[in-house]
Amino acid sequence: MATAHGGTSAGTPKAKSPRRAHAPAAPSRTPAAAHDLDLLRRMLLIRRFEERCVELYSAATIRGFVHLYIGEEAVAVGVHQALDERDAVVSTYREHGHALARGIPPEAVMAEMYGKSTGCSHGRGGSMHLFDAGRRFYGGNAIVGGGLPLAAGLALADRMRGEPRVTCCFFGDGAFAEGEFHETANLAALWGLPVLFVCENNLYAMGTALAREHAQTDLAMRAASYGMAAWAVDGMDVHAVEKAARGAVESLRAGSGPHFLEMRTYRFRAHSMYDPDRYRPKDEVEEWKRHDPVTGLADGMRTSGLLDAAALEDLEHRVAEEIDDAVRAAEQAPEEPAEDLLLHVTGRHEEAQA
Amino acid sequence: MSTRTRPRAHPDDDTTTYREALREGLREALASDDRVFLMGEDVGRYGGCFGVSLGLLEEFGPERIRDTPLSESAFVGAGIGAALAGMRPVVEIMTVNFSLLALDQILNNAATLRHMSGGQLGVPLVIRMTTGAGRQLAAQHSHSLEGWYAHIPGLRVLAPATIDDARHVLSAALADPDPVLIFEHGSLYNAAGTLDPAVHQVDLDHAAVRRQGTDVTVVAYSGCVSKALEAAEELAGEGIGAEVVDLRTLRPLDDATIVGSVRRTHRAVVVDEGWRSGSLSAEIESRICEQAFFELDAPVERVCSAEVPIPYARRLEEAALPQSAGIMAAARRVVG
Ligand SMILES: Cc1ncc(C[n+]2csc(CCOP(=O)(O)OP(=O)(O)O)c2C)c(N)n1
Ligand SMILES: [Mg+2]
Repeated sequence: MATAHGGTSAGTPKAKSPRRAHAPAAPSRTPAAAHDLDLLRRMLLIRRFEERCVELYSAATIRGFVHLYIGEEAVAVGVHQALDERDAVVSTYREHGHALARGIPPEAVMAEMYGKSTGCSHGRGGSMHLFDAGRRFYGGNAIVGGGLPLAAGLALADRMRGEPRVTCCFFGDGAFAEGEFHETANLAALWGLPVLFVCENNLYAMGTALAREHAQTDLAMRAASYGMAAWAVDGMDVHAVEKAARGAVESLRAGSGPHFLEMRTYRFRAHSMYDPDRYRPKDEVEEWKRHDPVTGLADGMRTSGLLDAAALEDLEHRVAEEIDDAVRAAEQAPEEPAEDLLLHVTGRHEEAQA
Repeated sequence: MSTRTRPRAHPDDDTTTYREALREGLREALASDDRVFLMGEDVGRYGGCFGVSLGLLEEFGPERIRDTPLSESAFVGAGIGAALAGMRPVVEIMTVNFSLLALDQILNNAATLRHMSGGQLGVPLVIRMTTGAGRQLAAQHSHSLEGWYAHIPGLRVLAPATIDDARHVLSAALADPDPVLIFEHGSLYNAAGTLDPAVHQVDLDHAAVRRQGTDVTVVAYSGCVSKALEAAEELAGEGIGAEVVDLRTLRPLDDATIVGSVRRTHRAVVVDEGWRSGSLSAEIESRICEQAFFELDAPVERVCSAEVPIPYARRLEEAALPQSAGIMAAARRVVG
């Protein structure tokens, strides 16, 4: 496949494996198998969750700008394998996948999109502003590039206190063109801050293709010029993502300064639910769908005898139930009362009320 | 208090300057709370572009007195991130003119994160910057944009106009769980005076009545307070008693003190170094009209900067800025 990702293949299409007549029993017996099943479950949860979002958006149940992550699930899930609860995550408006991978319960994310009290931002944020302070998930930022400096600051605090924590910041290829990226990359490298820059290069910033927004499209190479370790990764392969992220985080925890991973990926859906998707050829999208990270992993597992139809069906069933529960809970949850409109503007106000 | 440059305080007398008072506030904060650190362009080796942090690098070291590259957005945003993580950063932006490069971080993150996160996050960040004109620095170094920041919910905006306020503003700002912007007027740094030994903290919730009077209320802040006081002094000679209210806090505004004074004097002049259109002075005038319309004996007057980029030439710059003569003329008109 011709990829626009600066010549480095983002993975070759995997051959469809013939279905096995007899699936191995209890594939999750080996740790590796259990791990793959877990990765699959996490990616599937994001995929199905967002497919439900499409339905709900089409029914006008959820509103706002909704940006889907479908096609990019391997990045969030793979990177999160390398992070633990000490670490911090800074995200974008395309963050359902990051939030779910971070462990924010689907019902809290769904309720947020419903604008309900039980939403993870108490209905103040919506799809683009998911937060969970307890899980150190710092949003949900709808200003392209706006989260990058925050990540440097979170990491600076860790550095100053000698905490062996990492701050992971997700952002897009479009954000790479913003001054905030370049200022932050320089600052983080200059001060040796423990920031994991995860650039989700999905080849488009809204309708602008990579080569129409960057004079030099090799983003990892440009990031390296700031004096940090940087390399490109097949973002459609969850194993490749996990391996890269683990390597980077290990090195980060050892104090070797920021790392940059250019995740070469693709969004299968339009930029947002609002976007008619007029700017890219349909066959390009179809070609990329052949690298679907979810079916790619499932097929690989099948080929190695780690998954059979029954196990996949069971997984789908459990994921669907989880999402049904989330939708049901969101529907039943109370609305934020209008009298609470002015809450959470200043902490002094809050303290005064308490 | 005067805005004129005086010889530096002699070590064995107890005069100090606005600049030294700010430095003392910083020193105290750094010494008493190890979460506090200062970062910004040239705050360390250079000593701060206006000398406020001179000597602090030697005292507290480069981790806590942190020189940053020229990247307002990144280091202001980093201050926000560090505040989110429990530190108490003090970020210095050289001047308000350059803060525009960090406006996104200040507005879209610092001011907004608490609300967007449904109250989960707080940003206890202090940002200090120089504001104002009057030093023949021409348009790009002479803006007074504090009124813009005072427009934004989620921020607290302070403008110390006296040496006591300069000395104590930081500890009050650091005690706030939200982002606080401190505007230091460039023409005040050399203002000299003595600190009141009885003052150990400043009341940032209330505007201060700097001079009492019964005939007209003159509302001013920052660099214009001394001009208002000069005007009041002269007006007293003409038999006009001007009460001078120093806002100190530009957001939230202390309506009670402003309107309370107008209820006594029945006349008001609002002085603002910002441009008139859409200014803080317009907000104050509206509040006076909304809350004390029937108590007014004359329309409220405003003395603002002329609607022009502040020019370099001395004569032109003086003409562009609020001056005590203009304040006096306005006061005479409202007193009638
Ligand atoms: C500063 C800013 N400019 C413009 C926009 C409008 N906008 C939203 S997303 C987007 C494209 C961003 O592309 P990229 O960083 O590649 O992320 P992706 O959407 O592909 O995940 C644009 C232009 C914005 N939200 N913020
Ligand atoms: Mg993109």
